[in-house]
Amino acid sequence: MNFIALRMLTGDRAKYLGLIFAIAFSTFLLENQTSIFAGILKRSGHPVVDLTDAEVWVMDPATQYFEETKALKDTDLARVRGVPGVDYAVRLFKGLPTARTLAGRFASCTVLGLDDATLTGAPRRMLLGSWESLREPQAVIVDEAGFRLLFPGAPLRLGDTLELNDRKVRIAGISDALPQFVNFPIIHARYSEAVQFQGRERKQLTFVLVRPVPGVTPADLARRIEAETGLRARTTGEFLWDCIRYYLRNTGIPVNFGITIVIAVIVGLVVSGQTFHLFTVENLRQFGALKAIGVTNARLAGMVLLQALLVWFIGYGLGTGLAAAFFEVTRHNIPTRHITLLWQNVVGVGGLMLLVVLGASLLSLRRVLVLEPAIVFRG
Amino acid sequence: MTAPSASLTIGQAPAVQCRGLHKSFGEGDARVHVLRGVDFEAHCGGITFLVGPSGCGKTTLISVIAGLLDSSAGAVELFGRNTERLPSGERIRFRRAHLGFVFQQYNLLPALTAAENAAVPLLAAGVRRRAAVDRAKALLGRLALGHRLDTLPSRLSGGQQQRVALARALIHEPRLVVCDEPTAALDHETGEAVMELLASTAVHPERAVIVVTHDSRLFRFADRIAHMDDGRITRVGHGGAAAAPDAPSSPHPPDPPSS
Repeated sequence: MNFIALRMLTGDRAKYLGLIFAIAFSTFLLENQTSIFAGILKRSGHPVVDLTDAEVWVMDPATQYFEETKALKDTDLARVRGVPGVDYAVRLFKGLPTARTLAGRFASCTVLGLDDATLTGAPRRMLLGSWESLREPQAVIVDEAGFRLLFPGAPLRLGDTLELNDRKVRIAGISDALPQFVNFPIIHARYSEAVQFQGRERKQLTFVLVRPVPGVTPADLARRIEAETGLRARTTGEFLWDCIRYYLRNTGIPVNFGITIVIAVIVGLVVSGQTFHLFTVENLRQFGALKAIGVTNARLAGMVLLQALLVWFIGYGLGTGLAAAFFEVTRHNIPTRHITLLWQNVVGVGGLMLLVVLGASLLSLRRVLVLEPAIVFRG
Repeated sequence: MTAPSASLTIGQAPAVQCRGLHKSFGEGDARVHVLRGVDFEAHCGGITFLVGPSGCGKTTLISVIAGLLDSSAGAVELFGRNTERLPSGERIRFRRAHLGFVFQQYNLLPALTAAENAAVPLLAAGVRRRAAVDRAKALLGRLALGHRLDTLPSRLSGGQQQRVALARALIHEPRLVVCDEPTAALDHETGEAVMELLASTAVHPERAVIVVTHDSRLFRFADRIAHMDDGRITRVGHGGAAAAPDAPSSPHPPDPPSS
């Protein structure tokens, strides 16, 4: 009977293609939007993830996430170092000065000032130059996207000059830093120089980066630092989620993407549900004939579910293929780099669309199950 | 002419036996009594016509006989079994194994070819597709449709579609074939041809055939005619050539076709 179910489905070409289009469109929209949503949220935590040398971040208790910080006192570094279980603790400055090129282009930049002695937090993925060149005077490392923004059309190269707060620096390396929430250039410099790239403030220490001694977990150490210093200490994972949660709570991003996702689900459900319903209603006499002939309700349900599964499989496959093609094209562009089709979204959307299709088919199936086979005798 | 509900035996024991059959629809003031104590028999080896005006309960009666509707009271026995007492699943299996249907509107599956449509009862019974379709092709060949085996119903004439439906009704060699107005959608000439085919292929010593029709010109194909009116069998008579409306000495003029 399975082939009858499939022939019934594919026999009505317009509805068959309509169903597949609805599922494919919804799948594409959902995978596209959820992946962009996840990509943007991931970007909010990229500064934390990109800095691989730290396992615990210590900050002022008022600091909620990476972008909005309240500076610590310089003495806080020593207090943190005094907490048992700390292997090392170094300072990190984060500023948002404006960088200018000699050609007159300018852009706000995220400047990360690294501990002069250890360069803890230096970028590990370098496209040109070495992170150790930061030890040279007036040396900075710029990320690729920042370089292309500041020097449009120029090939990646070292030696160009930038001006930050009337101080000239030389590009000594180009990194492959993960993109942040806002596409500002990311500039790494030594702490002692970075603090001079923007107006002098009384307190400038933004974070203390800490690594625990072997045998102490980052989480335990973070709690210990909080207890002994009164500062806020978060593991890298906790701080990453702090950043993501901040954007979820305080921006319109979830609402905007949520609306699109809801629309995609509704479109998928309504269009596929309506089409399935029409398909079933128009075939009620045929289903009635099959019932009269002796096909059981269970078999008919199996036939309808098989039709639903086929439509889901093809529509979902097409939609996922489209989404994959979309991200394959866009992931190479600077503004949209690292926004990719996540396997979690593919699986999640697959499950959701399966529910949509099964829901639509079950709604129409109800008509078949309660159908009185005697309908076939009515002219 | 026999008395109403009198037994008129053709062949052996009745294949279909209805006693005091009642069927009503709705509740309270809206309750409609469609069958009001029907006694009816059909026998193997012949065709029993069920005739009467529209709304007299013919379709309801064959629906109850076929197990598609439950009666409100009374008993239906098919080949000695009270089918209404069978559990639902067993009743469906019984129907699948022993009943064949020919519908007024054919009810062929539009996406299946003629051969595949005819094979549906075998497929429903679990016969493998190739074997089922091969048997359907052989049967359609006998019904003079060997040249349209792979044709979709939409490309068949009404008569051809009804022949496919006839093949579907007979493919699994059922013991009872129920035909509801099998010629109503056909012109008279095609209808006659379909009835001749039905009489020549469906009638079997082990099989009973019930035909509901309005068309008195087809009465000559009947072995037995049960007249129905207002939910009751009013009389039962012989069919055959003598029952045809143009027979010179017809002992019982047929009922006029109702609207």
